[in-house]
Amino acid sequence: MLQIKDLQAGIEGKEILKGINLTIQPGEVHAIMGPNGSGKSTLASVLAGRSDYEVTGGSVEFLGKDLLDLSPEARAGEGLFLAFQYPVEIPGLSTINFMKTAVNEVRKYRGQEALDAAEFLKLMKEKMNLVNIDKNLLTRSLNEGFSGGEKKRNEVFQMAMLEPRLAILDETDSGLDIDAIRIAAAGVNAVRSKENATLVITHYQRLLDYIVPDFVHVLYNGRIVKSGGKELALELEETGYSFLKNEMNIA
Amino acid sequence: MNDGLSTIEQQITSDYKYGFTSNLEADQAPKGLNEDIIRFISGRKKEPEWMLEWRLKAYRNWLKMEVPDWANIKYPAVDFQDIIYYSAPKQSKKLNSLDEIDPELRRTFEKLGISLDEQKRLSGVAVDAVIDSVSVATTFREQLGELGIIFCSISEAIQEHPELIKKYIGSVVPMTDNFYAALNSAVFTDGSFCYIPKGVRCPMELSTYFRINAENTGQFERTLIVAEEGSYVSYLEGCTAPMRDENQLHAAVVELVAMDHAEIKYSTVQNWYPGDKEGKGGIYNFVTKRGICAGVHSKISWTQVETGSAVTWKYPSCILKGDHSIGEFYSVAVTNHHQQADTGTKMIHLGKNTRSRIVSKGISAGVSHNSYRGLVSVAKNASNARNFSQCDSLLLGDRCGAHTFPYIEVKNNTAQVEHEATTSKIGEDQIFYCNQRGIDTETAVALIVNGFAKEVMNQLPMEFAVEAQKLLAITLEGSVG
Repeated sequence: MLQIKDLQAGIEGKEILKGINLTIQPGEVHAIMGPNGSGKSTLASVLAGRSDYEVTGGSVEFLGKDLLDLSPEARAGEGLFLAFQYPVEIPGLSTINFMKTAVNEVRKYRGQEALDAAEFLKLMKEKMNLVNIDKNLLTRSLNEGFSGGEKKRNEVFQMAMLEPRLAILDETDSGLDIDAIRIAAAGVNAVRSKENATLVITHYQRLLDYIVPDFVHVLYNGRIVKSGGKELALELEETGYSFLKNEMNIA
Repeated sequence: MNDGLSTIEQQITSDYKYGFTSNLEADQAPKGLNEDIIRFISGRKKEPEWMLEWRLKAYRNWLKMEVPDWANIKYPAVDFQDIIYYSAPKQSKKLNSLDEIDPELRRTFEKLGISLDEQKRLSGVAVDAVIDSVSVATTFREQLGELGIIFCSISEAIQEHPELIKKYIGSVVPMTDNFYAALNSAVFTDGSFCYIPKGVRCPMELSTYFRINAENTGQFERTLIVAEEGSYVSYLEGCTAPMRDENQLHAAVVELVAMDHAEIKYSTVQNWYPGDKEGKGGIYNFVTKRGICAGVHSKISWTQVETGSAVTWKYPSCILKGDHSIGEFYSVAVTNHHQQADTGTKMIHLGKNTRSRIVSKGISAGVSHNSYRGLVSVAKNASNARNFSQCDSLLLGDRCGAHTFPYIEVKNNTAQVEHEATTSKIGEDQIFYCNQRGIDTETAVALIVNGFAKEVMNQLPMEFAVEAQKLLAITLEGSVG
């Protein structure tokens, strides 16, 4: 469903992604790991269409469409979801209101009827149970005053609401303790299906204990330098990223 | 995707949605202002002699006054001799029902989405519609009459309830109060009068829609609301005006009087033509609004959503005379393009244990300037006075300005006065977050802005709040992104 070919991108003239190749099929879970500054979050931002980043080469095809040609909201409409590493706060706007707008905008994009209040509440209840989130959190201003764990849980809830084809989790585990990771991961797993794919971006292996990947890719210096199965993550956990430098130097 | 600034550019360039002119035959005074014009107005209104004398006195005072220049606004000098001070839609006879209204007038209302019978039927709102200075239709009057509530145009009140008008007109805003109040006192052409007798809780929101209609007609409304002991009233004022080239002057006066244990809630949604993208045209809005909490435990609450006008000069204020009285001011002021707003409030604490609360939310876009100007004054004898003020500014883009001018005068050391202020900008990251959830930039801005203004919007009556939210979105459409 996602085909990234030789993707090059940067910010303010600085090249960060130097030719990424990656193919994701429906039902698969891919993990991208790598040390700080390797380009992991840049990849997530470029796929979601953040305007600060400039794509300088390569192509991305998503469900048969040229992803790079679409506005960020159209990408969301096509079924791409990004769980942010740092979810923003919007004072005075409740998550419920935010999600009602988002769900109906996405439905509009897909040519579906807008949900009325009752239908929306029904959907919301169902998803709240699925990802185990408290209603009180959803009536508060979006992310305002939320703990790190609450923010990430809210991201997972939004993902469940929007039912994306491809979910990108950008460092969803960062800043969370193990219990919070477990809760977030349970939510992600509850939403997974054969039709949908997940791209997990993480620095540490520990999230992958709970969201078990089919493929692991190691990103280093703007390139995927190694790919393998889930055992690659464990290997990295043991050896750390320093081996990369050695390998790269030898190469 | 466009970079931030150009997105902002796009959104700022949307046009005024309510720009249209309707073709009503106007019966109007010649241009200019002198004592004869005042006699003309008073004569047309079939006013008693004392009213004419009052107007003339105001006019003679006005001649001695100068245009105030202390506000943070710039505009070309107004030529007061180039204004038509009286204009009335022609009516052949008194109307018995809404069906008799000029169909053209009805269409105007429909374009504005305020069809009178709709309002009547659906929302239970009594509407005293003002088009160009003359009340065209007053609804629900009989129902209100049964409770002893008077709700009519000020012109009718002058004839039918002279004792009340004589007693209260100019009692809160004296004719010599300021330049524009004096001008209004001399030439006011219409407005509303509302009287709630002792112990009566007005069962519906009272509402007036203003609309400026004839070319070059200044609009000088005068509104007076008196709430007797233990009564309650909620009053709504909403405006939108047709598009035109020439600047239009508007100088209204609103006076509120609340007796012991009475409460007046006054809500405004103002959406006058703000001028085009280059700042041409647009309404000049110089308004004096003031309420007096005359009795103990009385309460006056102002809520305003200001989105229109080229220039806004407006400070709805409360004089807290009665012990334990409460004054509130909730405001959202939005400026876009070249709009300028200098608005705020005055809370004058005179009685003991008086409390006031100010919540001001300023939103600036384009190259506009938005100023909050507020005075909190605690008199020598006003022991245990409390004030809390919060002034928040939201900037859209980096070419607009937000200014805060808080004045605090405390003459009693038991007073407690708090002031909080914040300034923030709509962040690209907030918008991108919304975009990523499938929400386009325009809708994202509306969500963020309405979130910012929520505390004030919550003060509006339900049906008004919905309208006001849409208005914020329309005003900033194309504006940030």
